[in-house]
Amino acid sequence: MSPSGVESIEFGAIRLTLELAGLTTVLLLLLGTPLAWWLARTRSALKGPVGAVVALPLVLPPSVLGFYLLVAMGPHGPLGKLTQALGLGTLPFTFPGLVVASVLYSMPFVVQPLQNAFSAIPERLLEASATLRAGPLDTFFNVAVPLARPGFLTATVLGFAHTVGEFGVVLMIGGNIPDKTRVVSVQIYDHVEALEYAQAHWLAGGMLLFSFLVLLALYTLNPGGVRRP
Amino acid sequence: MRWHRFVLDTPAPFAARSLAALAAFAALACFGGAAGADEVQLAVAANFSAPVKQIAADFEKETGHKATVSTGATGKFYAQIVNGAPFDILLSADDETPARLEKEGHAQAGTRFTYAIGKLVLWSAKPGLVDAEGAVLKNGDFRHLAVANPKVAPYGAAAIETLTALGLLDRWQPKFVIGENIAQTHQFVASGNAELGFVALSQVMKEGRIAEGSGWQVPARLYSPIRQDAALLARGKDNKAAVAFLDYLRGARAKAVIRGFGYDLP
Repeated sequence: MSPSGVESIEFGAIRLTLELAGLTTVLLLLLGTPLAWWLARTRSALKGPVGAVVALPLVLPPSVLGFYLLVAMGPHGPLGKLTQALGLGTLPFTFPGLVVASVLYSMPFVVQPLQNAFSAIPERLLEASATLRAGPLDTFFNVAVPLARPGFLTATVLGFAHTVGEFGVVLMIGGNIPDKTRVVSVQIYDHVEALEYAQAHWLAGGMLLFSFLVLLALYTLNPGGVRRP
Repeated sequence: MRWHRFVLDTPAPFAARSLAALAAFAALACFGGAAGADEVQLAVAANFSAPVKQIAADFEKETGHKATVSTGATGKFYAQIVNGAPFDILLSADDETPARLEKEGHAQAGTRFTYAIGKLVLWSAKPGLVDAEGAVLKNGDFRHLAVANPKVAPYGAAAIETLTALGLLDRWQPKFVIGENIAQTHQFVASGNAELGFVALSQVMKEGRIAEGSGWQVPARLYSPIRQDAALLARGKDNKAAVAFLDYLRGARAKAVIRGFGYDLP
């Protein structure tokens, strides 16, 4: 269908997948770090409910998330009305729409390792830092973050890899558009449906190898970071 | 984990008995509901899901057999049937898939027939957006045009043929959103996420007219006829209910239902 040939379609999907996973991971680290810190330190009654909401994508079928996102981001949904009022149009079938969905979908894979890493930092170290007149931000960046480094590594790798592995939500809200929303997992599904097993094998084998290598690297380089959470 | 501790701390005979009970329960759950001889499993192209529901209900009432319906993309059903899926009948969205299944020995020879001829419609959930001549395709302002995946869905292939015949394919291809099958394509348009889409007339037709939104019935000269064939699959050859269903599908009552959803009959 596309004039650009088979190879560029495959590479387009791979590039798009890496862009989506990269952007999602960066956003999740920015949003997830303060959230994880709060979850690790707070005594608020909201800790339970917020932790449960963050963990929801672990147990919900992607069809539930895809359905709600499609309705909420559509022209009659609350998010859709907001984005339209801002002059951005609606989010389904767009790359930004996939980013929003992926941030929600991969949230627990970033927040939970960070939260565990922050929880493991002894309170007295933070108190010691405070008695040395370090401000809360100073303490966070110079004491907590270095101590939580294995947690950050785990969070980054799992957030990225899990977004690469996303399928159901993208299928439901992506619209399968080359170079915009057709990620590798959807491309593989397309190949299988069209009985193009040779192409499906190449991409599927690549995904298998990629996922194995990512996890292998994580488990060898960072054994503590994986086990402790 | 607590479960392991429970098994480890429990006296062995008790644990073994519990496990045996669990295994028996699992086996019952898997095979206890196995079908009798008079149940027919149908694989049905997504565009025919509304009519088949009604036809299957009437069929069950009239014959006492049970009909179980799975709907989806014809191309997907082909791959599943070749790989041993438990279907007795395929109601395809095209005539090529049943012919191919017969040639490859997955469908019974001499059982194929055209049960409906599908019609393509350009449809929008918005009233008034699509005019009676389809001029919206020439001068329309829309962000997304939903089309079923032409590689696997015959209605998607018909949409591509139509746009090619109108000389508009290159112009609108950048606006495509591609549904995995015609049901998802319809859902993209019905939810308003795509302003326009090529769907099956049967999906938007109720009692002989387009029930909601606005639509343009694409003239038959713009695309090859969508001849939808049925076939008895190898697995259903000795199934009385399957043979009875194919007979029923050819009968007058089923034909009336099929016509009511906007299909032509051969």
